[in-house]
Amino acid sequence: MAQYQNIITPIQVSGPAEEGMPLPRGDSPRTGKPVFERLFGIIGNAQIGPIYLGYLGTLSLVFGFIAFEIIGLNMLASVGWDPIEFVRQLFWLGLEPPAAKYGLKVLPPLAEGGWWLMAGFFLTLSVLLWWVRVYRRARQLEMGTHVAWAFASAIWLFLVLGFIRPLLMGNFSEAVPFGIFPHLDWTAAFSIRYGNLYYNPFHCLSIVFLYGSVLLFAMHGATILAVGKYGGERELEQITDRGTASERAALFWRWTMGFNATMESVHRWAWWFAILTPLTGGIGILLTGTVVDNWYLWGVNHGLVSPLPDMWPNVVDPAQ
Amino acid sequence: MKLWLPFAASAGALLAVASFVGAGWDAPPVASEQIGFRGTGMYHHRDVETEAALKAANIAPPAPWEADPTGDKASALYQNVQVLGNLSGDQFNQFMASITEWVAPEAGCNYCHNPDNMASDEIYQKVVARRMIQMTQSINVDWKAHVAETGVTCYTCHRGKGVPAQVWSASLEPKPAGNMTSNRGGQNVVAVNAGKTAMPQNALMDYLLGDKPIRVHSTTALPTGTNTVGTKETEETWSLMMHMSESLGVNCTTCHNTRAFNDWDQSPPQRVTAWHGIKMARHLNVNYMQGLTPVFPANRKGPEGDVLKIGCATCHNGVQKPLYGVSMLKDYIDAVAVKGPTDVPNFSAYIPGKTEVLGGAATSVTQP
Repeated sequence: MAQYQNIITPIQVSGPAEEGMPLPRGDSPRTGKPVFERLFGIIGNAQIGPIYLGYLGTLSLVFGFIAFEIIGLNMLASVGWDPIEFVRQLFWLGLEPPAAKYGLKVLPPLAEGGWWLMAGFFLTLSVLLWWVRVYRRARQLEMGTHVAWAFASAIWLFLVLGFIRPLLMGNFSEAVPFGIFPHLDWTAAFSIRYGNLYYNPFHCLSIVFLYGSVLLFAMHGATILAVGKYGGERELEQITDRGTASERAALFWRWTMGFNATMESVHRWAWWFAILTPLTGGIGILLTGTVVDNWYLWGVNHGLVSPLPDMWPNVVDPAQ
Repeated sequence: MKLWLPFAASAGALLAVASFVGAGWDAPPVASEQIGFRGTGMYHHRDVETEAALKAANIAPPAPWEADPTGDKASALYQNVQVLGNLSGDQFNQFMASITEWVAPEAGCNYCHNPDNMASDEIYQKVVARRMIQMTQSINVDWKAHVAETGVTCYTCHRGKGVPAQVWSASLEPKPAGNMTSNRGGQNVVAVNAGKTAMPQNALMDYLLGDKPIRVHSTTALPTGTNTVGTKETEETWSLMMHMSESLGVNCTTCHNTRAFNDWDQSPPQRVTAWHGIKMARHLNVNYMQGLTPVFPANRKGPEGDVLKIGCATCHNGVQKPLYGVSMLKDYIDAVAVKGPTDVPNFSAYIPGKTEVLGGAATSVTQP
């Protein structure tokens, strides 16, 4: 019994490698002889490969590598090519977008943001090519394209932050820098400058969907694990042929909260919550600075801000 | 063989230890005091453990003796007393005894004076000290909006050291490689003066020396096209705010209701005090520190050759009220709680070791 209640997969099936369905004519073949790796089998499928890169995957990796190198080498240069400082301050290092004075100039001086634009260009190319690859691979397997559209939602937020909103604002200085702490500082500074994103309703929606995604993932994962000993992990079979695992899981939720998702619908719930997180977030970012300049004051105008008693009536702006 | 297991476990354990020990957290217990309306998250947090050390390090020393204000004036008793001439002889000597303890307890009188000719200005420290006494007088008279009746003395900053421990200067290290590589825009390295964040490392140059606008918010909900500052300027302001927060050992909420950082109607009165403090620090750097640049030798300047400057930490030293609000001023009323002559000599004419008397009014201090 207890063997079903593990974090890791305790039982690994080994056998002939799964090579996958034949590829259509004109596609480059999948490469590499499949190997079995026990460690991977503990957390997923033990079979590694064969892999298919094709020209889309290859180009995507090449462009991604170029962007990675531009960012990394500029970080190294920003501490005078000092490898010790590079390691010490790695989380602090970054690549800044050009200053506002350069506006939407296609290539400002390299030292002052030109590299940022190039890194962004190559990273965007890489991500878009990877999206096409995800879409095409799904079609080749005659699957739906749900993964591609979920990925597209994330790309939407990425493009809003780094490209679409800067275009609307008229300069790239508004875009996110590359770097660990730099992009986090940007996030908080962005919220402060535009009067607290907390009062941006699309930011609220995005958070609802984000936390909702986490909740749904936890509920769904827990439910399936809990009925694992009745074969509950064979979800797709159970959509059409409800077994005791599915019955018990459904009854459990009807007992505890009066309503249950089905083996199929729970995945639609999860998919839409995940999709809507960056989708609504991107709308919220897009409106910030372009349509609304101070979300707190916008919230005051629209009844979002709870009034507080005046704790310090004597405090007035000393500059006035 | 599962050799990787002990390695992975050790790496994980090391990482966990490093993230607790190396990150400089304020370990519990933390004492929290509510300072704003419920639900606004306005608390003042104090790290109980570090506070014991802070309390020990921030004790105001007593005056060596109570000075007699009667008798002949110092200007009549001694030569070349340009600023403190109005003190009685006893007051003058009491202040000199105190300033020795405050600034040069080990070097003694000779830190500033040639023992064979106490009146001489040949040692640069004496020229600096005279200007700093003028500055202290100006703080206590002109900047009551910030220092109130508590006031400051030399000790508020110096704490027994010739150069106060918490000063700042232009910081460009580690220098970018230059040429066509990214110049990193003055940020994205450990900013010592901004709470070790990755934010602009020279924000104090902009705000506590220059007078770049600090305010970044729009005061209308919708864009009017008049507010052109963006996230970069916001990070600069934030960098200054980190300096203030670290200098005073306080949170954002000591001065702000963080739901609307810019709104004065929701701000505690400390924000008004801090506002005057920013203006004061800028005034002192522009009118006192910068002018002294030619007097200081190279080893008393920052790595970029600019004069060491005053920030919030210079007086506050990690405490919201310097020396926990204990006033030392009452023992030195005539010395530093009133203004003496405000004449400024021409410091660029100063030659260390040669100039016997540096005096004469070249310019006057700009009044705030």
